[in-house]
Amino acid sequence: MAKRKERIDRGIKVRSEDIFALLSWKEMLYLAFPRLIPIVGLLIAPLFLNIYWQRVLISVCVFSLLAISWDILAQSGMISLGQSLFFGIGAYISGVLNHYFHISPYITICLATLLGALLCTLLLLPVLRLRGIYFSMVTLVIPLMLVRIIEATKIFGGTEGLSGLDSFGSPWIEVYMIVVILLICLFGFRRMMDSDYGLVLRAINDDDRSVINAGINIYLFKSQALFISGAIGAFTGAFVTHVYMFVGMPVFALDYSILPIAAAVVGGPGNLAGATFGAFILVPLSELLRGIGGLRIVLYGIFLVVFIVALPEGIFHFIKRKYFQFERWVEV
Amino acid sequence: MVSKGTLLEVVDLCKSFGGIQAVNLISFTLQEGELLGIIGPNGSGKTTLINLITGFVKPTSGKIAYRGMNITGWPAYRIIRLGIARTFQMVRPFYHLPAYKNMIVPLYSPRVKRLKGGRYGDRDAIALDLLEEVGFERDSFVAYKVASALPQGYLKRLELAKAIALEPDLIILDELFSGLSLAEVASIVPIIEKLRQQGKTIIMIEHRLKELFRIVDRVIVLNFGMKIAEGLPSEIMDNEEVKRAYLGTEV
Repeated sequence: MAKRKERIDRGIKVRSEDIFALLSWKEMLYLAFPRLIPIVGLLIAPLFLNIYWQRVLISVCVFSLLAISWDILAQSGMISLGQSLFFGIGAYISGVLNHYFHISPYITICLATLLGALLCTLLLLPVLRLRGIYFSMVTLVIPLMLVRIIEATKIFGGTEGLSGLDSFGSPWIEVYMIVVILLICLFGFRRMMDSDYGLVLRAINDDDRSVINAGINIYLFKSQALFISGAIGAFTGAFVTHVYMFVGMPVFALDYSILPIAAAVVGGPGNLAGATFGAFILVPLSELLRGIGGLRIVLYGIFLVVFIVALPEGIFHFIKRKYFQFERWVEV
Repeated sequence: MVSKGTLLEVVDLCKSFGGIQAVNLISFTLQEGELLGIIGPNGSGKTTLINLITGFVKPTSGKIAYRGMNITGWPAYRIIRLGIARTFQMVRPFYHLPAYKNMIVPLYSPRVKRLKGGRYGDRDAIALDLLEEVGFERDSFVAYKVASALPQGYLKRLELAKAIALEPDLIILDELFSGLSLAEVASIVPIIEKLRQQGKTIIMIEHRLKELFRIVDRVIVLNFGMKIAEGLPSEIMDNEEVKRAYLGTEV
């Protein structure tokens, strides 16, 4: 007798999609629980972590933000291979402002976020008309070019970089700053992508000509998405600069481009929470594997491949489905 | 229908792709409130003509004027904001979005915002109303289904609803009836007639001549990128050149 799996939405999901008809505290908790985990977890986690794992947590949050930044672009139809462009530009702006003009880190970060986003948008504005792989190639090339420019002209410290930058003063400020910003970005931009504005962005990804056909200037929307994504990336770059008190050519490294993509793909692309979730798996995993030395990257690679093959939808979507649906076997 | 003046004027429009003249010196005018049919064999340049008018393709030469304003070479989104909406021959819904969310995109456009004022209520509700108008049954799930799961008939209706949502003055329907059953065509015709009663001007490109000739005021026939005939449906049906273009040889 053939059997097939039947999936039924839990009643609570059906009712809560648009209208809120919550019948009990239990149902309220059922909806709030997935949102409370990251909020409460992230806010109390630093209290229980030693200084090393606090650093790891910072790194996790940094890559989460980069993954969010990547995913916003990807949801708007722009596959970027150059998150390190945003990251590096933000890092260098805040580094230069702090090193040459001695501006406080708190101000350099704000300036770097805005100026960095503006600069990234302007840099990529000419290629916004490119679609698919052509856009990706340009985003991949620009950071590589910037590295060579810095190397060749020896500006901003050249290959040495700028060191001895101001830090935030306390590791607690660092970790709580990035955690709070991550939570704000995660929930804020998730809300944005679910709004009608975000819907237009996602529609551009689906069919850009059809969006033009609604009398909408897609290049305006795309450049806005680019600005938002650039701002997140530039902020992370500026933040990391002041945590390490150093900025140099490694900020344009491929790690900052590829790891966020891996995080988004493992976690579940098309969903900011998925991207964050992916970073929370991959970065600590990479730290845990550090103990085994040379084969680390191989194991890491195998892990990635297994996950992408076994769960192409992403871990987050998988968990979400399990959470909101009953599954049972029925006879056909 | 009383004519209220010229809405669209196309003068000597040309478009060549490489060596191929897709549209060759086409001129016509469109009166406000008119229903114009454009017919012609496959590859005769009908869709290219529409792409030229709506700005998706830039003309090689010639002039397009809308309400006396020269719109030649304008980007598509600006032309559409003026009040020209079109549907695509191959439907182009947002396949990942539910049908009613598809409607949000045109409802979000600056034109609709301007016409209805800044805040005009819930877009979802307006979307569902518009979908009901084109035949998405309100008490079924069909409006909430993801567009990729909808059958062709509904996708065509969705395409029409997206055009109507823009509250255009001129609606261009590119082979709306193709791929639909007779019953489905019969259910869409009243929608088009209702649009006419609201004073909309409509251009229809169609291969289903029988259905088309019943509702149009005037027909333009294209062949190899050129206009070979223009006139009332009854005149076109008797035109020898049109018969030759469609059937290849003498009838």
